[in-house]
Amino acid sequence: MLADAARGFLDDAAPLTKLRGLRDAGKTHDPALWTEMAQMGWTGVLVPEEAGGSDMGHAAACVLAEEMGKTLAPTPFLSTAVIAATALRQVASDRATAALSKIADGTVTYALAIDEGKKFDPETVELTAEKDGNGFRLSGRKRFVVDGGFADRLLVLARTDGGLTLFDIPADRAGISRNATPMIDSRDAAEIDFDKVEATGEDVLGQVDAAMTVLQPALEAGQAALAAEMTGLAAGAFGMTVGYLKERKQFGMLIGSFQALQHRAADLWCECEVTASAILHAGRMLDSDPQAATLAVSLAKARAADTAQRAVQEGVQMHGGIGMTDEFDMGFYMRRARVGAEWLGDYGYHAGVVARLRGF
Amino acid sequence: MSDDLAQFRATIRTWLEQNCPEEMRDGAVGEDSTCWGGKNWNFTSDAQKIWLERCAAKGYTVPTWPVEYGGAGMNREQEKIWLEELRAINGRLPLQSFGIWMLGPALLHFGSHEQKLHYLPPIARGEIRWCQGYSEPGAGSDLASVQTRGEDKGDHWLVNGQKIWTSYADKADWIFALIRTDREAKKHLGISFLLIDMTSPGVSTKPIRLISGKSPFCETFFDNVEVPKEQIVGTENRGWDVAKYLLTHEREMISGSGMLAGSARSLGAILAEDGGLDEPVLRADVMRAEIDGLAFGLTLERYKDQAEAGQGTGDASAMLKYMGTELNKRRQELVMAGAGSDALSWEDERAPHWLRSKANSIEGGTSEVMLSIISRRILGLPG
Ligand SMILES: Cc1cc2nc3c(=O)[nH]c(=O)nc-3n(C[C@H](O)[C@H](O)[C@H](O)COP(=O)(O)OP(=O)(O)OC[C@H]3O[C@@H](n4cnc5c(N)ncnc54)[C@H](O)[C@@H]3O)c2cc1C
Ligand SMILES: Cc1cc2nc3c(=O)[nH]c(=O)nc-3n(C[C@H](O)[C@H](O)[C@H](O)COP(=O)(O)OP(=O)(O)OC[C@H]3O[C@@H](n4cnc5c(N)ncnc54)[C@H](O)[C@@H]3O)c2cc1C
Repeated sequence: MLADAARGFLDDAAPLTKLRGLRDAGKTHDPALWTEMAQMGWTGVLVPEEAGGSDMGHAAACVLAEEMGKTLAPTPFLSTAVIAATALRQVASDRATAALSKIADGTVTYALAIDEGKKFDPETVELTAEKDGNGFRLSGRKRFVVDGGFADRLLVLARTDGGLTLFDIPADRAGISRNATPMIDSRDAAEIDFDKVEATGEDVLGQVDAAMTVLQPALEAGQAALAAEMTGLAAGAFGMTVGYLKERKQFGMLIGSFQALQHRAADLWCECEVTASAILHAGRMLDSDPQAATLAVSLAKARAADTAQRAVQEGVQMHGGIGMTDEFDMGFYMRRARVGAEWLGDYGYHAGVVARLRGF
Repeated sequence: MSDDLAQFRATIRTWLEQNCPEEMRDGAVGEDSTCWGGKNWNFTSDAQKIWLERCAAKGYTVPTWPVEYGGAGMNREQEKIWLEELRAINGRLPLQSFGIWMLGPALLHFGSHEQKLHYLPPIARGEIRWCQGYSEPGAGSDLASVQTRGEDKGDHWLVNGQKIWTSYADKADWIFALIRTDREAKKHLGISFLLIDMTSPGVSTKPIRLISGKSPFCETFFDNVEVPKEQIVGTENRGWDVAKYLLTHEREMISGSGMLAGSARSLGAILAEDGGLDEPVLRADVMRAEIDGLAFGLTLERYKDQAEAGQGTGDASAMLKYMGTELNKRRQELVMAGAGSDALSWEDERAPHWLRSKANSIEGGTSEVMLSIISRRILGLPG
């Protein structure tokens, strides 16, 4: 039901031409679309009702992300409504509640600044937050900060004396310089330099040296929702491909009547179905037993990355020459699938988590 | 609702505690430890016999069948609880058979009330063992081309012909078979679904040896076999409908072979313990198989939840069968690779299991046939 409602809205407000239009205009974000999503309660999907949210839960957030994935709706939904909201929810403070209500009413956007190397690996962060009086000074460089080019605020993971600490600071604070990266998926990401950026104790989200208490649930929520988005992406690319098989003729017949293509399409459908189960399960686990959701989330992210990449590769191949053209939308799916596969941990990262939790 | 289920769980748990013999709590699932029932069955232990009798008395051999036909009338939620509790004590299933997996569901759907009362309870009690007479030398994937024919002789059909790959035909009491009863009609519209007593004069079987060294399947011959008219399921010449419905249940059952990959202990943990997981390429393959196995297990559960209890999963059973069996074959390859030369002796049980798994993607309809079903019926691609 939520899926149908979301589909109805997105087909109007964010069809694939939306992303294409933004790209052609040299933009990565559409504030009007974000405001509309706020009005429907989507930006507050994980915000408690006391803070003005719709508090629909992770399974619902995954449904929304999946529908957005089908048409590649360009929004900071994952960074803001899922990751930042989940992080803020772990903290019981007036400040966090105020931040949450801003997410719910759509007046703030967030980006998560973790990566420094080419692979997702939160444990190896080197950006330092040095003690300075009552506060800190942040120095170092973050890269692949998704939505970091336009976000109002940043969640920054930094190394402190006794571990890792998460900071919640405005993106325009003195000493921060952002360089938008021209991303293959036409979405926003930035490289961000921190030059002795001032942060107070107030800016710490959760406890000093204990970032993971706050960040771990946020990452898992984000990974599950990203997996859902990629599942939607796979479905979008697959639907387009099956449609083409029923319309393109060669050798005097529909190419969909060639068994070589039929069986590959059927196999891909099976893969999509199996991945969909993993996504549903991850959403349910995050809602019902978040402490024990890690396995379900990594399973979902690994499967989703794999399935989406297969769906876009088969999608281009089965379209023949036209699949290679920019005029045709398959390339957008393919490029987003590549970015989604890397963000928040690639297949190998999540396969490693699964193996560890399964005892090997 | 959930209170009722909690109560139900408690009842099942207590019953199992009091009734499941110690020897039946070893978690064994292999073909050799299975109780198949039937007149020719030799129980491997007293415990196996007691366990079957106790379960049959409660309807637990076929939990979702109606009570009047020998079942326990459970819904899907309750069945899940029964299986979870059984697994929790590592208990064996009391009885498995083609009657339970295949004929039962078909009879429940297509059989008359009299037929259900007559045939189902002996299946539930493990008294009659059934085999499946579908395939013929000239009719495998193209099953509707069966040629074994039944001539109308008024009160009976006179059946002549040959079936092949009939699993356990030499041990079964009865066979359900696809018989051509109209040779003029189009191939799908001239088949009847007949139930035939294997002790009828003219029925004979000849075992065939498999690559795994075992010989659980046979050629089955019909030489002027008289089959009474009331032994038909559904309508004359419309047996294909019954056959297809039964196949969806068979496929769902076979797809469970992939579920072993989603079971409590991971393949990776088993191989690692045995020192077989140090090699990085194998390890990577095992990781992938683990991920796919877990996700497939969730899919099987999801589809079963969606289907009404006992109704099966319809066309999607083709997907479950394809994915489950291909997964199981992969898993068996990894088991062999992990075991190295340890598993290369006939004295090791792994080699026969590995070899047997190769049939998973053939029996009950091949992987290619499954993909064609999905392509046509689910994706709507031109046939
Ligand atoms: C980058 C690029 C450069 C090119 N350069 C040139 C060039 O310089 N000169 C030139 O003349 N052409 C060129 N081509 C065209 C290229 O040769 C065609 O794209 C190619 O032959 C496929 O034809 P199609 O695009 O019409 O796809 P289609 O023939 O419509 O094929 C669509 C899909 O159906 C499959 N298919 C078709 N028939 C069957 C069948 N019988 N059985 C099973 N599957 C089938 C195909 O494999 C494909 O997956 C170029 C294409 C590209 C992408
Ligand atoms: C261990 C085992 C137990 C069995 N038990 C039973 C039983 O109890 N009762 C029973 O009736 N049968 C049984 N079978 C038979 C089984 O159902 C058949 O083997 C199966 O349906 C395939 O038929 P076939 O062997 O004639 O192969 P074929 O149909 O000859 O197939 C040969 C190859 O061609 C492919 N192929 C065929 N048609 C197409 C097509 N249209 N498109 C693409 N590829 C195609 C197949 O996928 C396969 O790879 C059993 C088989 C095995 C291996």
